Parts: sequence; structure tokens; C-alpha cells
Amino acid sequence: MASIPQKVVHEYLRHDKKFPHVWCAGCSNGIVLGAIIRAIAEMELNRNDIVMVSGIGCSSRMPVYIDLNTLHTLHGRAIAYATGVKMYKPNMKVIVVTGDGDCTAIGGNHLIHAARRNIDLTVILINNNIYGMTGGQASPTTPHDAIATTAPYGNIEPDFDICQLAMGAGASFVARTTAFHAIETQNYVKEALNHPGFSLLEVVSACPVIYGRMNKKGSAPDMMKAMRDNSIPLTAYEKLPKEQTEGKIIRGILRREIRPEYTDEYAKLCVRAQGGDNE
Amino acid sequence: MASKTTKKAKPVETIKEEPIEIRRQMRLMQGNEAVAIGALDAGVNFFAGYPITPSTEIAEILAYELPKRGGVFIQMEDEIASISAITGASLAGAKSLTATSGPGFSLMQEGIGYAKITETPCVVVNVQRVGPSTGMPTSPAQGDIMQSKWGSHGDSPAIVLYPDSVKESYELTIRAVNLAEKYRTCVILLMDEVIGHMREAVALPDVANIRIISRIKPTIPPNWYKHYDENQKYLSPLASFGDGYRFNVTGLTHDQLGFPTNKKVEAHDMMERLRKKISYNIRDLVQIESRDMEDAKIAIFAAGITARSAKSAVAAARAEGIPVGLLRPLTIWPFPDDAVRKMLRNVDIVIVPELNQGQLIQELKRLTKDKADGDLIPIQRADGALITPLDILRVIREVH
Amino acid sequence: MSRATEIRLSGSGGQGLILAGIILANAAVHEKRRVTQTQSYGPESRGGYSRADVLISDREIFFPEATQFDILLALTQEACDKYIFDLREKGTLIVDTTSVKNISVMSEHVFEVPFTEIVSEKLGSPITTNICSLAFLVKCTGIVKEESLAQAIRESVKPAFVDLNLKAMQLGFELAENYRK
Repeated sequence: MASIPQKVVHEYLRHDKKFPHVWCAGCSNGIVLGAIIRAIAEMELNRNDIVMVSGIGCSSRMPVYIDLNTLHTLHGRAIAYATGVKMYKPNMKVIVVTGDGDCTAIGGNHLIHAARRNIDLTVILINNNIYGMTGGQASPTTPHDAIATTAPYGNIEPDFDICQLAMGAGASFVARTTAFHAIETQNYVKEALNHPGFSLLEVVSACPVIYGRMNKKGSAPDMMKAMRDNSIPLTAYEKLPKEQTEGKIIRGILRREIRPEYTDEYAKLCVRAQGGDNE
Repeated sequence: MASKTTKKAKPVETIKEEPIEIRRQMRLMQGNEAVAIGALDAGVNFFAGYPITPSTEIAEILAYELPKRGGVFIQMEDEIASISAITGASLAGAKSLTATSGPGFSLMQEGIGYAKITETPCVVVNVQRVGPSTGMPTSPAQGDIMQSKWGSHGDSPAIVLYPDSVKESYELTIRAVNLAEKYRTCVILLMDEVIGHMREAVALPDVANIRIISRIKPTIPPNWYKHYDENQKYLSPLASFGDGYRFNVTGLTHDQLGFPTNKKVEAHDMMERLRKKISYNIRDLVQIESRDMEDAKIAIFAAGITARSAKSAVAAARAEGIPVGLLRPLTIWPFPDDAVRKMLRNVDIVIVPELNQGQLIQELKRLTKDKADGDLIPIQRADGALITPLDILRVIREVH
Repeated sequence: MSRATEIRLSGSGGQGLILAGIILANAAVHEKRRVTQTQSYGPESRGGYSRADVLISDREIFFPEATQFDILLALTQEACDKYIFDLREKGTLIVDTTSVKNISVMSEHVFEVPFTEIVSEKLGSPITTNICSLAFLVKCTGIVKEESLAQAIRESVKPAFVDLNLKAMQLGFELAENYRK
């Protein structure tokens, strides 16, 4: 796939240490992991200067498998740990891999404040609409009426639009794609990594074993096809009439703007503190 | 980003020292201020915190001082984020510290457990206030003694220090940072509200005379590196992110490399390592103050501000000819078992004053084995007022 | 055991009593004496209760709070009522009669001065009542030297307010000098 051969991808994996991985057959997490590796390889980033941070959940297992500086933290807290790393070593690239439950339920507070600060973290949020690791409980992105083990009569809660949430909180780069669109995912990871400020990439993904089975979404390939058929690029969305876009997943870079970045601002503050004081 | 290859324990990433002659003279200083200056002198270059009475002065002073020295100060969105940020920064190489009080300390517990299982150096200062819950924010209590050891779930051996003066707040802050670096763990400094807010005349030592310990960095090639490598004392070198070692850190039970494991033997090894690095180093960790204990028939066992009351009561009782002494732990965890056993053997009565409903006394009960051991007399209050010297003196007179 | 001199400055939040306590403690430090300064206050920044304790001694001070006062300054009726019973028999009581109308226990050394009124009148605002009454206390009791107090004020107050506070101090000294006349 793409310009990066599989052999190179393998070089980034800790296959001698912790494989086989924990993900189910048909899970989208591997596609996203592959996209991240290809993006890093294409950008020729120095692996020693990248930290991948995660919380708890299926997607948060990713750091274990990839040969970077890796930090698997507490449920919901990945962004807070990543903030500590980035503030102390602002020249490192800090990637946060997280999920819908990890980042928008228990970790929602850290998400909005990191977005508000516009600290240069790259948050890759794999949204499978469910708590997979614990067996299928409703998350903040479980659709209304969908079935989950903690919503056996159907989910009565409205779901979060994660990108809107991040934009509302002040994120300066926000994009969305799906795991079906692997090359688009890879490209958006690159864009997000290049963006000087807080970036959030939502990757809509498939959890056929837990979410798919409970909600009769068919097989893993069926769910992949659904992501292909139910999503439209932002450019098309803007042109189509409303009835044709209802319920569709909008893919694209939804926001990209340059705002003062937090570690830069902090460095300036230090200069002020050091120069402005005669003590 | 250059990888540090310093082998011996000496400052590797100390921060810029500025002229501080003024503060080395005898001057009036608040306990919380002493903590902040102690942190700077110990080489702390990263603080993340959230405002909470009665610890806020520590954050305020470091917000002013750290940027001047090129260190990092960040006010986080809550205490959970604060403990997370200082742990992340420490893994990137920082000497990090946060300060809080009861409600925030409760929120930090999961993160403290994470720092301990991942063996990441950091310091949490808890300036205690009356609890439970919001309690009385501006009043003193000593209700977090047990929480500071058992607050996080699972077995996690703790190092907790407890000063009784402004000067000692400075000294134990430095010691807390040193022990965190040496033992690769989260060290807790327990403070009393009164000591945090109290001002006393203090002359600080010259920075040149202070012993500073910094983590040992690995010198072996990256592919030989084990993040939890065993040596005799269970203290192993620690690489930082960016040093080229590309290790994994997880809060899951892990093997020596830092990867998750379910194997019983590896889980056992990890748990034993956490336990032994404390229990095999008791002599290095435990500090006590013993006062007038040689001929004492009555002993007082107290920590922090309550020990100050006790010292006053001891002096007054001695003036009345009563043979009374004081044993005071500066290290509250690990508990000074040996010193306490000796005290229990040698005296008839031990008075245990504390600003809670009975926490320290439980440890003394644990150590009372023999009928010949001294009887334990509690003095307890948890209403925001201090136990005064007279309160203790009355009990001394009663039991004499 | 020679005991410490125990001083309690009391009133309500916003009257600057903790600052007054810090200044008094600083003055004692300048005289190379042992000192502790503690405080207790309610959650409010203004109103509520507030007190500052200063203990001064030539030996190590163990217990840092005042329990039996040698000197009690009370700027409000509530503070006077609350603390007067812990004043030593031969202790000194100084009250601000702007607020304190009743003194339930008379002791040998009682000074009654309408500090707030006088400061408002002479200095245009009651803001420096804390310093004026502290200076009065210092002059009456001799607990620290006048020049130590002046030095401590210069060090503890923001530069823009030093002159005003030194004026308030001088006013306090004068009030003490003329008190018996």
C-alpha cells in the first residue's frame, strides 16, 4: 500500500516482543497503526524523538506494538501525561492514540483543555462507538437507539460529534476520516503531525465483534463497506442538498488554522520572566 | 535532546541557579515558601498543579520562580491532570513536583499508584486540611496519614516524609526529591496546614552544601536496556524519552522490559521489586527524632505540628520532674518499626496525640506484642483545632 | 523555662491583621530573636474573623500559636469578646473603640483608642488602621524597637504604600505617647 512497503512497516513493530496483538479479527485498529507507521516513515521522522502516549482501551494498546518511546497510561489521562512530556521536551513529536470512551468520557476534561491551550499534540482518536475492551458498554459516541450491554433497551442518550467538540474547545486542526480510507488516514496523520498546534484526527472505525454483532451490522467486510458508502468528503457535502447528506459521516480537514502554540508561548513567557526581572 | 550518559548520582539536568544571597540570611519564611525554595534547590524543574487551600502558595511561588530559571510551570485543569503531567514530564527527564491538599490528594491517588508501578520519580506535597470531603479548608488536621500509604489501590509501598517546622519543610522537600530520584518512586511530603502557613525565622544553607541526588542514567547500548533492571538494591538506571532507548511504560503489570505480562512469575517479580526496594532500604529511608528518651518512663509519639505541642509539654513536665520523652517520625512511611518497638519496651506509657480519630495509634497497636509493653493513651481531635501543650501536659500529669 | 511573649492581633478579614503580624514578626527577626507567626481566618477575603499570632522568644519556640496572651489587640467587638478570657492577668489589652464598646473583663493594662476613626480622619482612609494600632502596641509594650518596626514596614509593604504606612506608624507612636495625658 502506498509508497511504504510492508517490510518497512515491520521495522517499526516490536514483533519480537509483544505479538500476537490483542485486537480481534476485523478490528480497525491495525489499519490505523499501519497508517501511523507509514506517515512517520514517509515523513522520515527520527523515532527517538517521537513519544506515543495512550490511555486505556482497545486502541490504547497500540503503543505496546510500535517501536517508539511509548507510554501506556491511565484511563482517560493520556492527554495529561502527554502534556507533561511535551512541556518538558517541546521538540519531541507527541502522538496520543485514544478512543471514544477514553478521550470523550473519562478524559473529556483533558481533551477540551489541551485543545484550548493549543498545545502541539497529535491526538488520533479511533472512534468505534463502544467500549470494546470491557465487552460492549455504551460510550459517548454510541448512536441514539443503538444497543449496548449497558443500554439493552436502546441508547437514550444523544451522541457526541467529536470534531465539533474539539473545534468548540479551540483545537486548531480537526479532521475526520474512516478506517476504510486507509490512505486518507495516513495523509491526515501526516497533516496532523505537521500542524503546529493541537490537532485532533477522528478515525471512524469498525468493531464487528462487539458493536457490530450487538447492532446487527453484519461482518467485518460489511462494516467496511458501510464506512465507504455512508461517508462523503467535505467538498461533496458542501454541494449536496441536505436530504442527501443526512446521517453521513463527513470526511475531510474540518479546521486548519494557525494560532499561538502553547509551548512557544511558554518559551516566550520564560524570556519575559528572565529579562524583565533584575533580581 | 542530547542523551545524558552520567553514571554517578549527581545533578544532570539542574536548573539555572540565580543569586540568592538575600534568602540565605536569617529571615521570616512561610512553610509553603520553604517547600517551594526547597524544591528549587533540589533541582525541581517541572511543576504542574491545581489551586487548593492550604497549598496554593507553593504553586504561586513556583509560577513566579520556575520561568526565570527555564523550568516549567503549568496550571492544569484538575489534580488528576497534575499528577499525570508531572509523571509524563519525569519520564521525559524532569525532576517534577506537585502540591495539593486533601480533596486533590484523593483525586491523585490513581496517578500516584501509576507513578509507583512504573517506578517514575516524582514528589507530591500534601498540605493537609480537615476532611473528609471539603471539610475545613483553612484548618489543620492529620487525617491523611493512612491515605498517604494506602490511598492508591493495590499494594504500593510508600515513602512519606513529615516535617514539623518551616526549616524542616525545606530540608524534607529536598530529601523527598532526592529519595524519589534514588528509589524511582512517587514520594509524598505530608504537611500540616499550620506549618504550611506558619512563618518562622529561617537561615537556609548555601546551595553548595546541599546534597542533591539525581537518577542514574543508563550507559549501556539501547538494545541491552531494561527499564526495570535489577541490581542488588532494586534501584536501576532510568532512561528518559528522547535518550534513544525507546522503552515502553505501562500501568499494567509488566516484565523487566516494561511490557505487559500475565505470567505469574513475572508479576511476582515486579511486586517483590516494588516491596523490596523499600523494605531492604529501611535504614536509608527512616528518620526519627528522639528527645529526652534515655530515662523516660512516659513517651509521647507524635508527628508534625502535634510533635511541636509535645515538645513543649515534655519541657514543662521535665521541669516538674516527670521522666517523659518524645519520639517523632520524620519518615512516617515506611514506619519506624524498630524505634517504636524499642520505645514500647522501655517505657510504661506511650501517649499518642494526633489530629484525627486514631491513625498513628493503629501502627503502635500493631507493634505492641508483649504485655510488658507500654500502654497506649490516645489524645485525638479532628475539629480543626490543635492539640495544645497543656492538653498533653494534663494527660502526662494524670498518668504519672 | 522562660516562655515566649504571646501576642494576638484580632479583628475581621480585610483589616490587614495578618500583614501586621508578619511585620511584627519581621521586626523581631531583625533583633535576632526567635519568632513564629501563625494565623487563622475564615474563607472570606473580607469580613468574617481573622487573627494573627506572633510569639517572640530568645529560645526555641515549640508550640507556635498563642494560647495565653501577653498582649491582645482587638479591632472588633466580636474579637474582643472571643479572646479576652485568654488574656493573662497582667497582660495588655488594646482595643479599637470605634467598634469595641464593651470590655467584659477589665485588666490592669487596658488601652482604649478609636483607631479606625482617628486614622480615617488624619490619613483620609481607614486602610492603615492595622499599622497604626500595631505601632501603638509596639510603643506601649516595647516588644520590639521602633526602628525595627519601621524597617519591617519598609520591607513588607509595597513601595508605593511605604510612606502612607510610615505615617500611620508615626501616628500610632504619637497616640501612645499622648495616651496618658
